[in-house]
Order: sequence, then C-alpha cells, then structure tokens
Amino acid sequence: MKNSVLKIGAPCVLVASLLTACGEEKTAGIEPKIYTDSLFAVMKADRTNYTKLIVKRLGPNGANVIKPDEHWQDMDIGAPLPAQMFRAGAEGVAELTDEFTYSLQSLWPINAQNAPHTEAEKNGLKYIADHPGENFYGEEKLGDTTYFTAVYPDVAVAEPCVACHNAHKDSPRSDFKLGEVMGGVVIRVPL
Amino acid sequence: MYLIGGTTHGHHQIEMQCAACHTSPFGGGEVLQEACVDCHGDELKVANDSHPKSKFTDPRNADRIDILDARYCVTCHREHKKEITGEMGLTLPKDYCFGCHENVAEKRETHKGLAFDSCASSGCHNYHDNRALYEDFLLKHAVGDVLKDKAERLRLNGLENFLANRDAPQQVSALMDAPEEYNNDPAVEEWQLSSHPSAGVACRSCHQDGSTGDWHEKPNAMICGTCHQSQMSGFLAGKHGMRLKAGLSAMTPAMARIAMKDSASHLALSCTSCHSPHDVNQQSAGFEACVGCHDSSHVNNFANSPHAGLMEQARRGEIPDTQSVDCATCHLPREIIEEAGEKIVRVNHNQNDNLRPNQKMIRTVCLDCHSLAFAIDSLADPALIQSNFSGLPTSHVRSIDMAVERDEKANQREKVF
Repeated sequence: MKNSVLKIGAPCVLVASLLTACGEEKTAGIEPKIYTDSLFAVMKADRTNYTKLIVKRLGPNGANVIKPDEHWQDMDIGAPLPAQMFRAGAEGVAELTDEFTYSLQSLWPINAQNAPHTEAEKNGLKYIADHPGENFYGEEKLGDTTYFTAVYPDVAVAEPCVACHNAHKDSPRSDFKLGEVMGGVVIRVPL
Repeated sequence: MYLIGGTTHGHHQIEMQCAACHTSPFGGGEVLQEACVDCHGDELKVANDSHPKSKFTDPRNADRIDILDARYCVTCHREHKKEITGEMGLTLPKDYCFGCHENVAEKRETHKGLAFDSCASSGCHNYHDNRALYEDFLLKHAVGDVLKDKAERLRLNGLENFLANRDAPQQVSALMDAPEEYNNDPAVEEWQLSSHPSAGVACRSCHQDGSTGDWHEKPNAMICGTCHQSQMSGFLAGKHGMRLKAGLSAMTPAMARIAMKDSASHLALSCTSCHSPHDVNQQSAGFEACVGCHDSSHVNNFANSPHAGLMEQARRGEIPDTQSVDCATCHLPREIIEEAGEKIVRVNHNQNDNLRPNQKMIRTVCLDCHSLAFAIDSLADPALIQSNFSGLPTSHVRSIDMAVERDEKANQREKVF
C-alpha cells in the first residue's frame, strides 16, 4: 500500500507545480484523497516506528525498565501504548488545526467508544476488513459540514499488538494474528 | 449593579467583577469558554479529564453535540441560573450521561437496571475526574484494611531542601535589621524562633518598601508570595483568595454562603489570617485558623472525631506529625511536586482543589490511611461527613464489587508486560 500512495501522489504534486509556473489564476490544491493518503503515510510510519522501535524494546524482551501500560500516567515509569500514543497525536493535532481530524477505530474495539459510529465509519471499517490492503474513501455529512472521509487499515505490525489485544479483557476478539487488520485509521477533511 | 441572575457558589465572590468572565463586551460563547479554561483548564488537565473538549470537536461526534454540546463548559454549568443550579454547579438534570451512554448495560451486565441519574451521584463516576474511580484502579485497590498499618501523611521537606541548597546562612544578628524601637518587640522573638532566620529572611525582607526603602509597619500580606510562590498561587486559586486574584477586596467570612462564625465576619482573608506573620505555626494554621471562622456541623463535630484524637496525640508528642489529622490534612493536602529535579512536599493552599466532587480527595488524602472501599463509602455518606467521620459508613457503593465481579467473569488472561 505504501507504493500505491506514492504512485498516486507524485503526478498530482507535479500538476500543481506546472499550474503555478504558468501563472494561471486558478488556485492549485491538493485532492482530498492525496491529502489524506499523505497524512496516513506519516501516521503509519510514526505509529509503526513507535511500536517497533520503542514499545517492543521496553518490555521484558528489551530493557524491561519502562513499562508500556494502559495506565502509564499512574506509574512512576510507564509509557503510553501505541494506540494511546496515536490518540495523543490526534488530540494534539485537534488543538492546532481543524483542517483535518483523525482517529483510530475498530470493529473490535477495546474501548466501546472507538467502535464505528457514523455510516461511513461502519462501511469503511467493514470494507478494509473484507478487502485487506485496500483503503476506503467516501463523503459524509456530519452536522452541517460535508467531509471527505478516508479509512485506512490498521495492521498488527508487531507481536505486542496481537498479544495485548488478544489478552485484554475488554477486547471482543482473542484470535488476532500478526499482519491482520485490527482496525482502521479514519481521516476526515471538511469539504 | 444589576445581575441577570444569582451566581453559583463557585463564582458568587467575584460576581461584581463582570470582566473576570465577560472579558469582551462583544464576545460570545468562545470568549466565555476562554474565561472558564483560563481558571479551570489546568485543573482539568491534572485530572486527566475523562471528557476533554477534543472528544466533542471530532466530527464523528457531531450528532452527540446536538444532545449535549460539551465543547462548552456552560452547556452543563450555566451561570446566573441559581434556581436550577445543583451540586458541582450543574444546571442539567442528573441523567445527562444517557445521551451518549444509553447502551452501557449491553456491555456491562452489572449496570443493568441502574438509573441514569445515579451515574455521577452515587459515588461511582464523575464526568471529569475519575482518577480514583476507573475500573483498573478499583481492581488494584480492591482489597485493603479500613485502616492501613502504615497510616500517615507526607512529611514536609521544603525547608530542609531549601536550606541544603543555599549558601552558608547569615548570622541572625545581621538579619535583625528593623529600626531600633523594635528591639524589644515580641515579634522579634517570634521571628527568631521561626524558620525565617534560618532561611535568611531578614526583617526588612518583608517590612521594607522595594522602591523607596521606607520601613512598613504592616506590609501587604501578598508579599509572602515573593518566596512562597506555589502556596500563593494555590491560595489565589481557591475561595480564600479568588477575590484578591480578581482585583477585588479580600474575602471576608461575612460574604460567604456557607456557615461562618459571627465573631469572624469582619476578618479579611490573607496569608496572615491563618499564619501569624512572625510565629509561623503550622499546627494552628491547620486547625485553629479554620475553626476560628467556619461554623458547619462538619467543622464543629471534628473535636469528637477519631481524627481529632490523632491530632491531640501528635500535639502531645505521642505520635509523629505525619500521623496527625487536622483540617489541613484533608483540605490543604501535602503533595509531591517536582522542582529543579527534586521532589518537594508542599501544602496545596487551594482548599477547594479536592473538595468537589469529594472523590477527588481519595487519592491525595484518604488512601494515605484508608482502603479505597472505605474511602468511597465514607465520601458517599452525607451523614457521616456531617459527623466528621465519627463512625462507619452506613451505605455501600458497589463499584469495586462490580469491577471484581466483571473481572472474574472475564477470565482475564496473562498480561504481556
């Protein structure tokens, strides 16, 4: 999927540059799909890196000093779990801009509030679960605003992802496998 | 001045300072929201707010905003609506949780049949602060004796830490720089016996005008904040100092809406109301100062409570100060703060910080000595609070039982880390 993002993104960026060079008055913008694909590329890279380079090395198989834990704030030396780190990023972004929002959701959420809520979320999460490797794109009206909504698969990239979600008492599933879609990243852009 | 409606117990002291909240005459909801966050924002961050604004600015919750627009504090805490204002300044019916959590019983069997107006009024949940009430915390502290073997509060270490990190102390005689006529003033001896000389605080440190060099017989009590910054900041954030913070005259017991002693009605609140300026006696500041003004049943029943017995024992030197329980133990709790990489124990001088909802007191106070179950039950028992905890709770909050029951049913698997 990383490759497909690059294939789609490169020509559009080029077109935008040519238009500007010709001095046309028409403002060149980025297509919402390219915008959300690009955002997701950054999110996915950061999320994977945090999981593999940090969290995986903190537990008993690594330094075993700082403990990744759901209640890390209540611990002297705890660290947020990957999903919490991702959510902290989303909340931080929400304080900086309202040009886009993102969240992590799942058909099998540990926290029920992260189950799909809107129709696009329901359709999108089902689509990416049924079509591994594919993304979902759509539009939806929420409140008085229409959004471009993209849903990207969130895949179990490391053993701790699978182990934690299978072991958590609030998890509706205990049979996740490495490489499997566990949920989805939902990115919204107001149109 | 005309008020459009009676103010809440939280704001009545500053109701004549309209600009404290209405910072712009042309501002709407956003201006008011900014004012709320300006005073209460940090508190919510510390509380790890369970319902931060970001939850509701996410477009996926647009339909929930129609039910409860929790992006704005005033949705639930409307001001100038005294006739509909309830506990915690809430101006909504107590079943407000229903709008978003109506299906909770589908996932939590233990919640079947529970009324939605009991979620936040039973001692189980709070809208903002659930630090002592979340499920895993209940499980972690599910078992415990009503009174712990090691029941004590933190030991204050601010002064010793300060002294350890300062240059060699000056001679006391060099610090006695008051005009000669004060040589035989009792205040000098009180000062000598206090911690101020050892901390290098001379007479003129407080009594001298910074710009003119003139001697001030009675310096403004706010000068204490020059050195005691965190204490001053706490004082100004609570009901004792909020009028001063808003640029108004000092609070007096006569202005209070709760029961106060007539004999104290004229007193103006400042640092020296509780701390005599030269004899910095922390014992009297933690009890005598409080009962000098406050006149509620809770206060007046303290003398007959088990807590008072411990205070008396500590004053007789039978037990250490850390095992004493006075008013300040619970209402101005000692907390650990990080300062220049060191852990300092400081008294939180905002006595309203842990007061409402009272479960905020559990982690910073009650758990020092008691089990979580005992603390939750006690704080949910109004009669026991009124008697100042003379006896045992007569009601039982089932939250810990529910958490344990659910945990056992879930057949929790081994954790990864």
